[in-house]
Amino acid sequence: MKYVHLIWASLLRSKTRTFLTLFSVVTAFLLFGMLDSVRVAFDAGGAVAGANRMVVSSRLSITQSLPFSLLSQIETVDGVKRIGYASWFGGVLKDNRQFFPNFAIGPGYLDLYPEYEMSAEDRARFEGNQTGAIVGESLAQRFNLKVGDVIPLQATIFPQKGSNNWPMTLTGIFRIKDEKRKGEENQLMFHWKYFDEANDYIKNQVGWIIVELDANKDAVVVGKAIDKLSENSDRETRTQTEQAFNQAFAKQFADVGLIVTLIMGAVFFTLMLLTGSTMTQAVRERIPELAILKTIGFSDVTVMSLVLLESCLIVVLGAAIGVGVASAMMPGISANSGGIIQLPSVPAQTWAAAILLSLLIGIIVGLAPALRALRLNIVDALAGR
Amino acid sequence: MNRLKEFLIKVAILLILIMLLAIWVILPWTFAVGLLALVALWLGLTRMGRQTWAITQIGLSTLPQRIGISSVIVVGIAGVVGVLVAMLAMSEGFRQTLAPSGSDDNAIILRGGSRVEVNSVVTREQVALISSLPGIARDTGNQALISAEMSQIATFFKKSDGLEANAQIRGVAESSWTIRPHINLIAGRRFETGKRELVVGKGASDEFQGLELGNVVELSNQDWTVVGIFQSGNAHDSELWADATTLAAAYGRQAYQSVTVKLTGAEGLAQLKAALDDDPRLKLDAETTRNYFVKQSEGLTQLITALGTIIGAIMAFGAVFGALNTMYAAVAGRAREIGTLRALGFKGLPVVVAIMIETMVLAAAGGVLGAALAWVFFNGYSVSTLSENFSQIVFQFRVTPELLWTGMKWALGIGLIGGSFPAIRAARMHITEALRQA
Repeated sequence: MKYVHLIWASLLRSKTRTFLTLFSVVTAFLLFGMLDSVRVAFDAGGAVAGANRMVVSSRLSITQSLPFSLLSQIETVDGVKRIGYASWFGGVLKDNRQFFPNFAIGPGYLDLYPEYEMSAEDRARFEGNQTGAIVGESLAQRFNLKVGDVIPLQATIFPQKGSNNWPMTLTGIFRIKDEKRKGEENQLMFHWKYFDEANDYIKNQVGWIIVELDANKDAVVVGKAIDKLSENSDRETRTQTEQAFNQAFAKQFADVGLIVTLIMGAVFFTLMLLTGSTMTQAVRERIPELAILKTIGFSDVTVMSLVLLESCLIVVLGAAIGVGVASAMMPGISANSGGIIQLPSVPAQTWAAAILLSLLIGIIVGLAPALRALRLNIVDALAGR
Repeated sequence: MNRLKEFLIKVAILLILIMLLAIWVILPWTFAVGLLALVALWLGLTRMGRQTWAITQIGLSTLPQRIGISSVIVVGIAGVVGVLVAMLAMSEGFRQTLAPSGSDDNAIILRGGSRVEVNSVVTREQVALISSLPGIARDTGNQALISAEMSQIATFFKKSDGLEANAQIRGVAESSWTIRPHINLIAGRRFETGKRELVVGKGASDEFQGLELGNVVELSNQDWTVVGIFQSGNAHDSELWADATTLAAAYGRQAYQSVTVKLTGAEGLAQLKAALDDDPRLKLDAETTRNYFVKQSEGLTQLITALGTIIGAIMAFGAVFGALNTMYAAVAGRAREIGTLRALGFKGLPVVVAIMIETMVLAAAGGVLGAALAWVFFNGYSVSTLSENFSQIVFQFRVTPELLWTGMKWALGIGLIGGSFPAIRAARMHITEALRQA
């Protein structure tokens, strides 16, 4: 620690170069912070709190619905604790084509999702209003909705009495504590009963069924038992854990992870080269100084550590600033992505990855100059050979 | 006072550079070639130009000795250009796959308010009414050229990773082949009406398991035979086609989802729209199929283009700092050489221009390298994504000449900024101080 001022002095020796290097590290980690947050958000599609929930959907495709009569059969399957069901609605807000998930839910659906936190009054108000709806806090903020507002929902698939108007009253707002799942605050839910009675096309059908398992029951066994119920009928089901279901859906968008990795690879390769060459040059210029340090009694190892610490310091500092700027920018990106990406800030795991990575890069780029400093022969260096 | 002056000069240079960059961005490539020719003429014909060329030659000939540090510029810019071109090629590929899927000769009729087929419903009675509407072309037997279609989504497994993905099955009428003449059968034959037969698009056949000619696949618990493969070079390539009536029976559907019609001519769409508006039984919208597909490509194309540009811009910032660093170092390293030249009577401008040329050469090399990498690795790279119809659309990255030029523009723009400050510092160096440099 007592050498901090020494490292600092050597960093400030050529201010222009140090700041230019610092800025290129900052930009690299700004990109890293943003891209990695997006990647984490995509991966989080599969992150589910209690993995004891399973999704029963049509085996044919996600757009096929299931008969209502299947529900009572599933309830009797051994290992099923309780069930809920929902139907996709696919509405949009009047005069606004922005997409957000909205679907009709049956009674008991909310009990399966204790992580959707809502006050008791909101819950009671929703239960007591046939045309009531609940939304997540993010969605409420995005469209500036308050409890009691009429939401001008427009059907894109299911009209009622020939009209696309499905006005609903906002009866409650729910919140999700888990930062990784904030994206789920972006949805609207309303009563399945209202949907089933009012829509012109389908009756007594549900889109998907959520099953909560008894503790200690094997998900695979129960899933097979559920699928057996509809085997060889024209409405065969497939039962998956919620995690598998979500991941399969998210993966279809494109291999986001691969593209992100490629970009980050290109960025870091460039960064390493840049910082590495600058460090090499900085050390080369300071060879007489390093020789003097050795002359006045600094050991070889100390001089090497000084150089290594210097390179680590500049990269870690740049990384911290870069990821810091990224976290300041993320809310703006979330707001402009039309709700596709919901990120309150850079997640902790991205911060951790950035700091570890910057330390590693600092060591790698500093290694060659540091070794050079270690092997420095005082007499040759002072003589300028 | 001196420091303030220095600072103001730097700010002024920066402002001029930003203006130059803005002009540079909107210039077409012909201007760039003209500019290059002008510079070459100046180098060859004027006294100052010849001086510049002499200095440039010294700089370029010593490049191999400074290979390590010079490659920072090349690799840094190659990284920026490579990423930028790859991202833009992805959005270009998506656009080029969807946009030509439609044409101005055909119209698609959907339920009022529906943006995509998956959300639309057209009843059998409505289809019968549509066939008598004006604006729709008729064949030699005076039958209206309309194809009432249904679109179903089925789950298949991808060949690449074995993961599940949704494919679109389009039930079409016999007349569909006439309405969409750009669809070419490349193997097998068309499906026969009333039989469970599929004709598969080339993209779907390449993407999903089990869709080869002659194979039997299970749809809605029934066996369907693949009897043909077609190629269209657009979004239809990702689809499976079958007879609409048979498909409707298999999935227990009463209604269709869309009707595609051939229009009579330029006036056809207006006539058809007017007729749809007049009939209260037809709460339907018509638009050209070109419009329909262009609208579907807009969202994702804009998203990827914006994302690519933002990432490219951030990386370009990093690359500018790298280039500045490198060129400042190069100037510092050659201080004595530059001082000598100045002492011999070389003016400041040739020194500035020579260093600019050197940076631009390195930047251009980086641009070429990055664009080449993007082209080699990504041109024709096939990916798929979920469309607005909830089914997979297979498309390829397209690295077009325009994108390569865009990449070069960025490369040279980075070189311009990265080279100018060090070049100006070199020109303003005190001769005596420069000569005294180690």
